[in-house]
Amino acid sequence: MNEDPLALLPELILTLGAVAVLMLGSFLPRDRQWVARLVTAAVLLGSAVAATVALLGPDRLVFDDTFAVDGLTGTARLVCALSGLLVLGLMSEELHGDRREAEHYVLLLFTVLGAQLLAAGNDLSLLAVAYLLASVPLYALAGAARDRPGTEAALKTYLLGAFLGIAMITGIVLLSGLVGGTSYALLADLEPAARPVVAVGTVALLAGLAFKGGFVPGHFWVPDAAEGARTGAAALLTTVPKVGGLLAAYRVLDAIPREVVDWPLLVAVLSAVTMTLGNLAAFGQQSVRRLLGWSSVSQAGYLLMAVAVAGRTDLALPALALYLAAYAVTNVGAFAVPAALPAATRIEHYRGLAAGRPWLALSLLVLLLGLVGTPPTAVFVGKVTVFAAALDGGFAWLVVVAAVNTVASLFYYLRWIAPAFDRTGAAQAAPPAVRPIAALSAVTSSGASVLLGIAAGAVLAIDPRLLA
Amino acid sequence: MLDLLIFLPVLAAVVLVAVPRVPDGVARVVLVVVTGVELVLSLGLWLAYAPRAGLTGDFAFERTLVWIPSVDSGYRVGVDGLSLPMLLLTTGLFFCCALYAWRERLRPRTFAALLLFLETACLGVFASLDLILFFVFFDLSIVGMYFVIAGWGHGQAARSALKFFLYTFLGSLALLVGFLALYAGSDPHTFDMVKLAQEPPLQGRPVAGGLALLAIFIGLAVKTPTVPFHTWLPPAHTDAPAVGSAILAGVLLKLGTYGFVRIALPMLPDAWRTWAVVAVVIGAVGVLYGALVALAQADLKRMIAYTSVAHMGYVLLAVGAAGLLGGTDAEARTVAVSGAVTQMVSHGLVTGALFLLAGVLQDRAGSYDLAAYGGLATRAPRFAALFGVAAFASLGLPGLSGFLAEFQVLAGSLGSAPVGVVVALLGLLVTAALFLVAMGRLLLGPAGRLTGAVSDLRPSELAAIVPLLALSLLIGVLPRPLLDVVEPSARAVVELVSR
Repeated sequence: MNEDPLALLPELILTLGAVAVLMLGSFLPRDRQWVARLVTAAVLLGSAVAATVALLGPDRLVFDDTFAVDGLTGTARLVCALSGLLVLGLMSEELHGDRREAEHYVLLLFTVLGAQLLAAGNDLSLLAVAYLLASVPLYALAGAARDRPGTEAALKTYLLGAFLGIAMITGIVLLSGLVGGTSYALLADLEPAARPVVAVGTVALLAGLAFKGGFVPGHFWVPDAAEGARTGAAALLTTVPKVGGLLAAYRVLDAIPREVVDWPLLVAVLSAVTMTLGNLAAFGQQSVRRLLGWSSVSQAGYLLMAVAVAGRTDLALPALALYLAAYAVTNVGAFAVPAALPAATRIEHYRGLAAGRPWLALSLLVLLLGLVGTPPTAVFVGKVTVFAAALDGGFAWLVVVAAVNTVASLFYYLRWIAPAFDRTGAAQAAPPAVRPIAALSAVTSSGASVLLGIAAGAVLAIDPRLLA
Repeated sequence: MLDLLIFLPVLAAVVLVAVPRVPDGVARVVLVVVTGVELVLSLGLWLAYAPRAGLTGDFAFERTLVWIPSVDSGYRVGVDGLSLPMLLLTTGLFFCCALYAWRERLRPRTFAALLLFLETACLGVFASLDLILFFVFFDLSIVGMYFVIAGWGHGQAARSALKFFLYTFLGSLALLVGFLALYAGSDPHTFDMVKLAQEPPLQGRPVAGGLALLAIFIGLAVKTPTVPFHTWLPPAHTDAPAVGSAILAGVLLKLGTYGFVRIALPMLPDAWRTWAVVAVVIGAVGVLYGALVALAQADLKRMIAYTSVAHMGYVLLAVGAAGLLGGTDAEARTVAVSGAVTQMVSHGLVTGALFLLAGVLQDRAGSYDLAAYGGLATRAPRFAALFGVAAFASLGLPGLSGFLAEFQVLAGSLGSAPVGVVVALLGLLVTAALFLVAMGRLLLGPAGRLTGAVSDLRPSELAAIVPLLALSLLIGVLPRPLLDVVEPSARAVVELVSR
């Protein structure tokens, strides 16, 4: 009755598109791979357009209530597809002429698709399937460079993903066994009598989402993948799975009764640990991509604050959606800077960047300060709304922890910014070679991050259901 | 007009950065012209405000645009008798600094853009009627000043700039937590400053209100700075360029004290009355401590920096006294609050001038060491004359603005905080001593090691410094135009805090 394939249009476009790109990539000569690139871009754009159209329609559950079409799904669809588009720009330049160019695009499309399904799934078994679909491309992308760091990244990602995936399926089995079905709606029937089993199941379920969201205890692969994968892939791996993982966590946890198991407290503690660990670990990093990897771990901590107050305040979902969108554009933009300067892998290589490449340096400044949460960038608005939501939901201590962490994070971002604007060493260092598309992406995303911050109200208004 | 006033500088800055190959000379002209236009605009605001709402202390030129409706935060700006003097001080000081920076040789285009950006940030804070907007501009001022110090400072500029950034950023985050507490405590939830002042949140909830005040207090105290949160100030001042120091002391410190009058007092009246005595103690101790430490400095800029700590102590003493209802009446408390505002203006003018004068020494001889100079009165008479006037203004000589401000503060606080006033008077005495000592070492006596290198003030420097001191004299002699605007709004704040 509610089996309307059009409800899945954004996902169908991605699926068919991925297949088409795979075929194209196999049959096209190497100097005509741009066709595959173009098709990928069209597919992502089409998926985003379809997602926007779906957002304008009513909320509904389709296919036996296994799949939700609502504001949360719409956010995931839009953010993932548009991040994918930005990443495509980075990848196309980095992989130009590479034998496996088209395969990367297929993996990109599947990563986006997996993240969207994770967020949209309203059924435990669909969640498990989406987890696998979203994980397999990660393993391949992490190791696609086929060098030592890439191999280590792929191995770590694979082992952690497989292990936590099994934990998650165990949790799913426990929970669905208790309620006699896999739909999220049934989770409301969980009873206090079964509290120990529910607690174990919830924790195990959360373990898998921790891998996707890149928060403690599933965060170990993030810095390795950020450093070991190619830069475009690194931008993808630290952005899109996080969107899927966190939105999925929001949806499934919101369905589990708080009276039975106090998951808000668990999530709040995980949030505090994640942001603190991410920041502390980023302090001493010299490799810029590893630094960004740890920074993305700490960002997952802030994002979890909104998950912790899911259902307790009207602000939680708009805050999470806004912060995710802001984080995605800022983080991909921040990875675009190292992508534009492939020779500069360590912080000291950025010394004097402002003298030779003022626009790139300015973008780096805006993006990194954006990640700190400096106004008026988008992450600032996201942070304020997330903080307000956490305070509204009764986690005042978490807000204080997050504020202290924000100050701490400023330190390592400044460690990168300061040399870039240091003019004393500029004389001896010639401006390094720049990849134009990546540089343009960095400038564009820094502008977009400021615009999104200023136009935050209008962006939220795209979907009136996200407004409190 | 208010929107134009706030955003014109940043638009000019964007143009300066975006247009390729702007010659340095053009950048200098743009800086002077834009800051001049700003000064004229703010004077226009003053003239339009004074007769219209000056008697009631109401807000004028209000404007509201939706920004983040889900948390009821928006672009809300407006001016009243508390913010208008600050806006005028900001535009005036930036104009003088633009004149002074005429001779800046190091990347003048970027410097001009940065100063203009900073001007927008400062004006934005004073005009904000929304807590989030206030915070946005507050934070941007930190970013701008970081680059001024790091890029154009001397000595250990990078280190001092980092310390400044981290320390004041910590303060601003504490402030944000406090703002969020106000938001969460209000019903319906809002960041609207006017609404929050009308219906203060967290009334009758002493613990939550106290914690919110603690967060806001720490945030503002770091920025002001007050003892014991002042340790970032001396290195930042010492290593900043002259213009940076003048703006840091003249305008940026006021963002903190302004926050007390605008946010802490009216929005948390219960908590403020409970803890006002802490502000009094910190203020009085700050006055004495700042003066004593300044007395011991051998470095001119560090000395001026510590007198700033002392001068900000008066402001804190006054706002503290405004919250102590015993042994005083509303009129006395109004005098204290209006003294606090006058002190902000006066300190901005006088300390701005002092830092620009100190910059002249750095420019000529490359040192702030008091012992390296002497006999400047004969060598550089114009410098000596202006330094003398500035020093007397700073120590509170009658006839200059500092006296008026400190007299109001002390007279307004005497009834409720007599001990604090006595301690502050001791500090006043030490301040007088330290400026006399400094003048003796710099201006009189035999010529020092570096005296020969000091040539007298150039026209652009004169044009920058003389107006600041002339204005201080004008306020000292003819205070009514200023007080007529400040007093109604000060009275309104006193009424709000005694609810």
